[in-house]
Amino acid sequence: MSKIKTITENEKEENYKVKIYIMGQVYEVPATLTIMKAMEFVGYKFTRGSGCRAGFCGACSTVYRKEGDFHIYTALACQTMVEEGMFLTQLPFVPADRPVYDINNLVASANAVLRYFPEVARCLSCNACSKVCPQDIKVMDYIQHSLQGQIDKAAEESFDCVSCGLCVIRCPAEIPQYHVAQLVRRLYGRYIMKTPSYLGERIKEIDDGIYEDGFKELFSLSKDELEEKYKNRDKETN
Amino acid sequence: MKLIGGYTEEMRKSIENVNKTRSKRINEAFPHMTMEERDKVLKENHPDYKTDVKRALLYGENKGDIVPEEIANILESYPIINPDEIDLSKIDYDVGVLIIGAGGAGTAAAIWANYSGVPAEDILVSSKLRHGDANTVMAQGGIQIADRPEDSPLIHYLDAVGGGHFDNIPELAKALVSDAPTILKWHKDLGVMYDLDENGNFMVLSGGGTSRFRMHSSKDYTGLEIFRVVRDEFRNLNIPVLEFTPAIELLTDETGRVAGAILYHLETKQYFVVRAKTTIMATGGFGRLHVAGFPTTNHYGATMDGVLMAYRANAKLRNLESTQFHPTGAAYPEQIVGLLITEKVRGLGAQVLGRNGEQVCYPLEPRDVEASAIIRCCNNTDNYIESPTGMRGVWLDSPLIEEIRGKGTIKKNLAAMDRMFQRFGIDMTVDPILIYPTLHYQNGGVLHDERCHSSIPGLMIAGEVSGGVHGKNRLMGNSLLEINVFGRRAGIEAAKEINKVKVGKLSLDHVRKNTLTLDSLGLKEKRYAPMLLPEYRSDIVIDRLVQLYE
Repeated sequence: MSKIKTITENEKEENYKVKIYIMGQVYEVPATLTIMKAMEFVGYKFTRGSGCRAGFCGACSTVYRKEGDFHIYTALACQTMVEEGMFLTQLPFVPADRPVYDINNLVASANAVLRYFPEVARCLSCNACSKVCPQDIKVMDYIQHSLQGQIDKAAEESFDCVSCGLCVIRCPAEIPQYHVAQLVRRLYGRYIMKTPSYLGERIKEIDDGIYEDGFKELFSLSKDELEEKYKNRDKETN
Repeated sequence: MKLIGGYTEEMRKSIENVNKTRSKRINEAFPHMTMEERDKVLKENHPDYKTDVKRALLYGENKGDIVPEEIANILESYPIINPDEIDLSKIDYDVGVLIIGAGGAGTAAAIWANYSGVPAEDILVSSKLRHGDANTVMAQGGIQIADRPEDSPLIHYLDAVGGGHFDNIPELAKALVSDAPTILKWHKDLGVMYDLDENGNFMVLSGGGTSRFRMHSSKDYTGLEIFRVVRDEFRNLNIPVLEFTPAIELLTDETGRVAGAILYHLETKQYFVVRAKTTIMATGGFGRLHVAGFPTTNHYGATMDGVLMAYRANAKLRNLESTQFHPTGAAYPEQIVGLLITEKVRGLGAQVLGRNGEQVCYPLEPRDVEASAIIRCCNNTDNYIESPTGMRGVWLDSPLIEEIRGKGTIKKNLAAMDRMFQRFGIDMTVDPILIYPTLHYQNGGVLHDERCHSSIPGLMIAGEVSGGVHGKNRLMGNSLLEINVFGRRAGIEAAKEINKVKVGKLSLDHVRKNTLTLDSLGLKEKRYAPMLLPEYRSDIVIDRLVQLYE
């Protein structure tokens, strides 16, 4: 298959390269690349491990170490630049089962969380989950909030989660944090955040057909008449 | 190369201009363009109007239509399977409803088919990558819903068709705006966390080309938040989904009716035969074709497979002449070039500036007009900023948001954007960000009616793969709406359809016929598609690829 060239591709010879290890094998890659693009540069064509390529989907969770450094680092491969001496691998999949529930028959409380995720009570407060999160979410905090029935706090704290699963892999209490987070956010959105009354009124108006005549009139206009109406429409201001 | 707060010294000089003019600009409203000015800037700058990057389709229902070269290349490709090697006598999945694509539209369709009476086990969803690896989760800014008393579906309609250059199919645009409040109610009941203001009303902003504050959001993770809730509901309903198993060809019967599809497992390399009474195509768009050489905001699998499969089965297409370039893709740093800078940044007050620190255009024109104005500034004037790798762009003055709406607004409302730039050493709360248009959305696609039927029986259409609802240009927030509105409609309609349908003998004859037609065209280059996944390996590697005998 031929490659499509984009206008941003740098045709110049890349002088500055770094040495990285992908699953133990050493490669030299341009220093300006992300981990994902570096892996493609050396010849990997992803099926797993590449989704949105913009930091929203959590498909590219990556674990790495650096030369002479005992720490384990984690990252999203599409959002992290390569560094000299990185030893890295990607996680193709995170096993984390989730229970089935009916959101219509729950109460926004700690009981709902414990009913479906009793393992939440095993949290050791070791904070490994928060340390590993590439979104810098305080994962342990929202697990504790869930356990204490502070559904609003748990929902807000976990909101930026992209379900990459790195916390699940690290947790010694074997909690599937991102599934817990999904449940608490739905409880918060469904039972605690209010719905303005005007929404129901608008739905009723549409169901009652009060806009039908207006649409008929718009449909009957010529393109010029419609354009005139568009140009002259009023604009709401602050 | 020395960087100060993520920028080079050269770029810093221009940022000084931006800082100097900010207090003056805070109250400065740049006028929006007249219809005549819009026309001029589009014709002179927008890639849609450049004839040298387009050509006429050589065959099929849309023969003669002028479309971008990259799209014509796909539609005039040979199949990636030999129909003679596929055994259609063994059916692997026999279902009522097959849904191809597991983004926002496909997932909504599956749920609503189930709500409408189709048992979960009579539905099958095929996903090319993971369930939800789709443009849906990358939609940041919001969803348009005319629910406030100050607004109405009629005004939403007028905004949508004006933005679409009056080429929208009226019935589709009406369906889009009229179902919007119902979709919002559905999402609220499922537990989607829409932003509320201090009075408990929905927080709303305006978007490019909208005349009301209509953009509902969940921070700048709107698509992700909507989708993960909808997918969670899908999982509670136990609807089967096959991941890493895209459709590679539709199946038809002797009447020409679509009767299912051939799926292909990307990891085990085997195929599956699916017979279905109704097939819903919800495969999304084409950003990874890099139309006109542009980088893209799209996810890894956006390769237009659905439009091609439908076209081979004789479906009519519409509006593929027009492509949406989002006005604000990242132009710097190099690692994130082309990624989306949500329109919400401008919705919250950021202005578009040239090198001299002055405004270049009204910040919220319809997307095609805004993108054209930015391209004009970068290509036809010297008022652009150049990145160290030679990429041209203009400033988006994000710190202005904090001036207008107070400190902390960016961290609260643009968490994803802020995080992305922080990762690459730039603080968008104090420094502007460099942007240039990026390939964003497939405006056109497979033609369908307001009940989602395509021009061929048995094939229904929902989401970005479709054509007609947005005309020649989609407004911000109408795509998250579209996938929900037409996904829902497709699911409801499919549930009605399957009770009255009989499927005949499965065949790939339409693919064989298609190959004969291609043979007769005398094409210079023989290409194969669907592409499934784009190619980003380096040339050094590609030159050394070899296929082993098995």
